[in-house]
Amino acid sequence: MTFVLRRLASVIPVLLGITLVAFLLIHLIPGDPAKVILFGSNATPEQIDQLRAQLGLDQPLWKQYLDFLGQLRRGDLGTSYLTQNSVAHELFSRAPSTLALTAAALLVAIAVGVPLGLVAGTRPNSLFDKVARAVSFLGVAVPYFFLALVMVLLFSVDLDWLPAIDDGTPAGLVIPAVSLGWGYAAILTRLVRGRIIDEYRGEYVKSARARGCPEWRVLLRHALRNSSIPAITTIGLQFGNILTGAAITEVIFGRAGLGSFLATSITNKNIPVVQGAVVVIGVGYVLINLVVDVIVGAVDPRTRVAAGTP
Amino acid sequence: MTSTPTSTLVIGPVVVLDKPSATTRARQVLGRIALAVTVVFFLALLITPGALAHVDPVATGDDILAAPSAGHLFGTDQLGRDVFSRTIHGAHPVLFASLLGVVLATVAGVAVGIAAGVAPRWLNAVVMRVVDVLLALPVLLIALMLIATAGSGVRSIVLAIGIAFTPGFARIVEGSVRTLRSAEFVQAAYVFGSTRLRTSLRHLLPNLVTEVVVLGSSAIGWAVLTATTLSFLGLGVLLPQPDWGSDLAAGATNLSTAWWLSTFPGLAITITILLANFSGDYLMTVLDPREATT
Repeated sequence: MTFVLRRLASVIPVLLGITLVAFLLIHLIPGDPAKVILFGSNATPEQIDQLRAQLGLDQPLWKQYLDFLGQLRRGDLGTSYLTQNSVAHELFSRAPSTLALTAAALLVAIAVGVPLGLVAGTRPNSLFDKVARAVSFLGVAVPYFFLALVMVLLFSVDLDWLPAIDDGTPAGLVIPAVSLGWGYAAILTRLVRGRIIDEYRGEYVKSARARGCPEWRVLLRHALRNSSIPAITTIGLQFGNILTGAAITEVIFGRAGLGSFLATSITNKNIPVVQGAVVVIGVGYVLINLVVDVIVGAVDPRTRVAAGTP
Repeated sequence: MTSTPTSTLVIGPVVVLDKPSATTRARQVLGRIALAVTVVFFLALLITPGALAHVDPVATGDDILAAPSAGHLFGTDQLGRDVFSRTIHGAHPVLFASLLGVVLATVAGVAVGIAAGVAPRWLNAVVMRVVDVLLALPVLLIALMLIATAGSGVRSIVLAIGIAFTPGFARIVEGSVRTLRSAEFVQAAYVFGSTRLRTSLRHLLPNLVTEVVVLGSSAIGWAVLTATTLSFLGLGVLLPQPDWGSDLAAGATNLSTAWWLSTFPGLAITITILLANFSGDYLMTVLDPREATT
């Protein structure tokens, strides 16, 4: 329990830091944010001053940050410059679509990567292992946005098996999820393969076999369980990348999600939206890794000490 | 390290290194070739793309959306521009941004990592918490944030990769410095009055070079992916200038009628990442055999 509490406490400065980064974003833009927002609208100096007061930009920096934190505490992420709607509302109404794609890609990565790594790891240097290694080496190298286009060309244009754009059906999710998940499947294959080879050298595997434990049990109950810890940690660490990858895949397939929203906001310099996305994605990533650490700590008590002492 | 009163002989498990087998040796030769090809290829694409493709990559022609042929190896696009030439010339922004970005990140990461590693405890804590915050944000999000503030363009991508990759390098270097700091030769340097700066430059840095080279080279593949993702989103060079990412995106609209538009820039990115990863793996086996086995 102290492990969980200590891990929780270590997260607080990181969370504060993320809010600080998001907050400073508006001040990193060269020039006056109020002028940036009103750019092209022929605003009078009075209007600019008025907007500055409205945004609280005339306050000292520390006061602005405290106000920002106060807003966040109430779940308020500010208002979009463009639509004047609540950023929190706009983000959360689009989030389910992005999270669905992230989850689907993660599922592909695990469903392909773990079995491939398992079989390759039990038979190192076999033909299967060589093929699996080649596939995973290629999987890391092919950019997902390119794989997505190749898959559309093959399965939508030529074979007409799957829809090319997202039509809301589960079939429309297949190409985006596979193209995004493939690279992470490759990472997992390499990882699990390496771990299984290492675990098979362990004394406990020998003793399990000596006790007459069937081979499938040695693999699934012993070697896989011990390999699962780095695999879970890796999935947690890659979560943020998969999430941003999902956002970009959405842009390719014209899915209405966080990605296309964020992309247009960046081109429009709609800073509150970018700030809100930074806070939501950053906090989500930290919390996911917190959960992962707690799970790993529960599975393997040895890691608790390592994680607790920085 | 505490001194023991009596000298004891500690016998650990003996690690017998296998003689390199035929496949290992073949792989080493292959790795050396890949590394050489990568270096030559990257340099040629960066310095003299004109020697590889004679046609102007932005010159339009009457031959619109022509399929690959002897005249146009990779075909032409909707404005009659030669796709082969665009693919060769499109390497420049990608390689420039990713290589310079990685160099920037390596230098910054090593500087921050060493500084934090030798700094007093409180300063180390402050710096490493900042690193933790940046590590908590996905690389692409940091890059997008920077481009949102600095505007799009190749220079912004260089900066974005440089800053987004720095915390990862700093984290690893700081860890190594902490291990090195307790090594006897570093302790001895301090005892003899060596300053923090001198110790860092004379004793810590030389011991980190191998690790840094391995880290940097293994990051190039990721940097290429990041750079092309950003230019794919239209945040890199402006059309009509050639660029793998933006050409790939532009070709997507004609995917069903002219497959070659997106395929060749896409293959170019894939081959570049493959070569970079292969060379990185090779450097790791040569420079740091312990790492390579895991």
